[in-house]
Amino acid sequence: MSEEFMKVIVFQLKEEEYGVPVKYVGSIERMQNITRVPGTPEFVKGVINLRGVVTPIIDLRERFDLEITEYTESTRIIIVNIADKEVGMIVDSANDVIDIPESTIEPPPEVVGSVEADYIHGVAKLDKRLLILLNLDKVLSKDELKQIQTVEGTS
Amino acid sequence: MENNQYLEVFIDESKEHLQAMNDQLLELEKNPAELSIVQEIFRSAHTLKGMSATMGFEDLANLTHKMENVLDAVRNEKIQVDSNMLDIVFEAVEYLEEIIFDIAEGGDGKKDVKNIVEKLLQIEKGEVPQEENQAEVAASSEQILEAELGTDLPFNNLDEFELTVLQESRERHFNNFHIHVELREDCLLKAARVYMVFEILEQVGEVIKSIPSVEDLEEEKFDYDFDVLLVTKESRDDVYKRIMKVSEIERVEVNAFNVNQYMESKKQEKSAEQKAQMKKEETGDHPQTNTKSPKTQKDAKKKSVSKTIRVNIDRLDVLMNLFEELVIDRGRLEQISYELNHNDLKETVERMSRISSDLQNIILTMRMVPIEQVFNRFPRMVRQLARDLNKKVDFQITGQETELDRTVIDEIGDPLVHLIRNALDHGIETPEERAKKGKPEQGTLKLKAYHSGNHVYVEIEDDGQGINKEKVIHKAIQNGVITAEQSQSMTDQQIYELIMASGFSTADKISDVSGRGVGLDVVKNTIESLGGSITIDSRPDEGSLFSIQLPLTLSIISVMLVDVADERYAIPLSSIIETAIVKKEDIMHAHNKEVIDFRGKVVPLVHLKEVFEVPVEQDEKDDLYSIVIVRKGDKMAGMVVDSFIGQQEIVLKSLGNYLTNVFAISGATILGNGEVALIVDTNALIK
Repeated sequence: MSEEFMKVIVFQLKEEEYGVPVKYVGSIERMQNITRVPGTPEFVKGVINLRGVVTPIIDLRERFDLEITEYTESTRIIIVNIADKEVGMIVDSANDVIDIPESTIEPPPEVVGSVEADYIHGVAKLDKRLLILLNLDKVLSKDELKQIQTVEGTS
Repeated sequence: MENNQYLEVFIDESKEHLQAMNDQLLELEKNPAELSIVQEIFRSAHTLKGMSATMGFEDLANLTHKMENVLDAVRNEKIQVDSNMLDIVFEAVEYLEEIIFDIAEGGDGKKDVKNIVEKLLQIEKGEVPQEENQAEVAASSEQILEAELGTDLPFNNLDEFELTVLQESRERHFNNFHIHVELREDCLLKAARVYMVFEILEQVGEVIKSIPSVEDLEEEKFDYDFDVLLVTKESRDDVYKRIMKVSEIERVEVNAFNVNQYMESKKQEKSAEQKAQMKKEETGDHPQTNTKSPKTQKDAKKKSVSKTIRVNIDRLDVLMNLFEELVIDRGRLEQISYELNHNDLKETVERMSRISSDLQNIILTMRMVPIEQVFNRFPRMVRQLARDLNKKVDFQITGQETELDRTVIDEIGDPLVHLIRNALDHGIETPEERAKKGKPEQGTLKLKAYHSGNHVYVEIEDDGQGINKEKVIHKAIQNGVITAEQSQSMTDQQIYELIMASGFSTADKISDVSGRGVGLDVVKNTIESLGGSITIDSRPDEGSLFSIQLPLTLSIISVMLVDVADERYAIPLSSIIETAIVKKEDIMHAHNKEVIDFRGKVVPLVHLKEVFEVPVEQDEKDDLYSIVIVRKGDKMAGMVVDSFIGQQEIVLKSLGNYLTNVFAISGATILGNGEVALIVDTNALIK
């Protein structure tokens, strides 16, 4: 029996490699000027003009509470479409499209004290590479957004 | 033709409704048990009926009305959906299509619909219609050609079809009556009386024929008497009494109409006629050739309706987005040609710029339509309705130049028709009632459209009797919309909203005007699907106000661009009163808030820098404040910005589905350099 494969786009954040299924990805853009939108969570960097469509952009580093770095030549914006929402995610670099066998995908490691891990769909092991597969729904989750807004509002 | 202006809209919309009916009927054929489909068809038929009656296409309205009756019965599970019933309804829709295509080609929309109407009636009564002679249609058209013969009997011109109906009804023990009605000579509203008589007759039976024709009667083209052929189950006396109930009637004669006798007397004539017909055919003069002359007339008329095509709004959206891309690249090209200083290139780019700005205008105007287009058909409708209802109404329209996106215009027509009909039927009282209440006999109905902030408001205001709260509650409880306990804790507003609940109608009886409770819930749904909202305000004996708020989705608005630190914002011009530059020492403090004295009024200041948390490199010490004074209703506020850029027409875009409800930002726009600027929702900044 042939194995089921999943085509993913591989991108980097800090030293780690992440993957999003190709079917959700609309395009990959270079870094460009972003218009800040006030009153939104920190990780929402603002909006860009994507071929005539105003598209919101989030910084994945900030979304995952990783340290913030300067954007570089290799910084990319991955435009994803999920449930009629179109959002761009800023990543350190996007460099690969690979097929990963479904069998290599494992559920996310459960570590005591890790709450935010619910946006990880699973981990794929490929030779010596570890690929973190994202649960885009959760990454863009509105509930989380609202929570953050209320926290900000009360502080 | 005075209707020309709305004829196009009518034709387009009718075609759309017919298409919808066809689709839904096919769907119904697949799932005969699905009553929600019937509901859909019913709504389409209902709207079509209203529109065609307004436009004066009687046959169309008549046929749709009968069809509606059948559908209503199906909806109420009085009639089963079966292939026979579907066949007839399909046939009816086919007829409707023919009529509308005839109208579209410049025809007058007249067609003999009696045949199909009869079939529908039979279904309605639960009978199985039998196949009828196809020759009838031809016979009736010939009837028109025939000159009226000068016999004493008014009904000497019955066609075969009418005869069949009369004969059949006799066999079924219905009574056929020839009714002669004379109106009093001082009767003022002749058409209204006729309408009332006809309404009574339709209640007890079916009018087969009238002389003069119904059209002529409605247009008051008769003296003081008219004749009607009625098929009914009621007795002669009963019919007589019912008609006499209508006031201003001088005399009524009800006589049995003997079909057989009529047939006898006609027989001889008929045979002679047939011979003539045969002769015609022998000489090759087919009836078809007869119809040719009207056709050529039609061809001549054809040009009167300009051709339109309907384009899917999605495609216009795509076109718009693509065009904006082009504009951005155009900007770059201009920059490059300027730098290279190459003559040919420069010329080409200039040419391209000119063409593209023309193109831009066309694309923008393609989407924006003044609401006039919708409003224009109302005065006529109101006039006719008021006449039908015996009410006096002064109809005032303001703000018809307000522009709205085509999407909204297309959808807003039906809801407004419903609301206006509603106001006339339930809101404004009869002149007698009004006089009793000490109000002027003539009621006032106002239709108003205006821009405010990022919304367009459409208001329908009448000075009628208002909404009867008790009646609404009673009805709602009766119909199971709410429980008695719930009604206790409801606010006035909530009670008024009840009339928009599904299946609710306060009219005690079904009239042609107010419909059957399919009106207001549809209105609400349509408006909400457009992202708008509707509120009702009402005072007993003072009137009601239906206010529809519609968003300005994807429309072009004029804005003032301003800079706040390094960010650029757009403030809608519609809410700006003026701009001012104020010295720092002129700013006063009231209750710990910065205010200025603006033309004698105290206006609070809002620092956009603070509201939007704009990152600032270093605090500049500026002695002058640049202020944009905006308003919301009567209230004003001053927005403190760093500098004014200027005025511009922009395309309003949403921030997408991800960022919704951002405080004080109503959307975004793409500037000439390709960057995004946010649009300030000033209404949110004024409390």
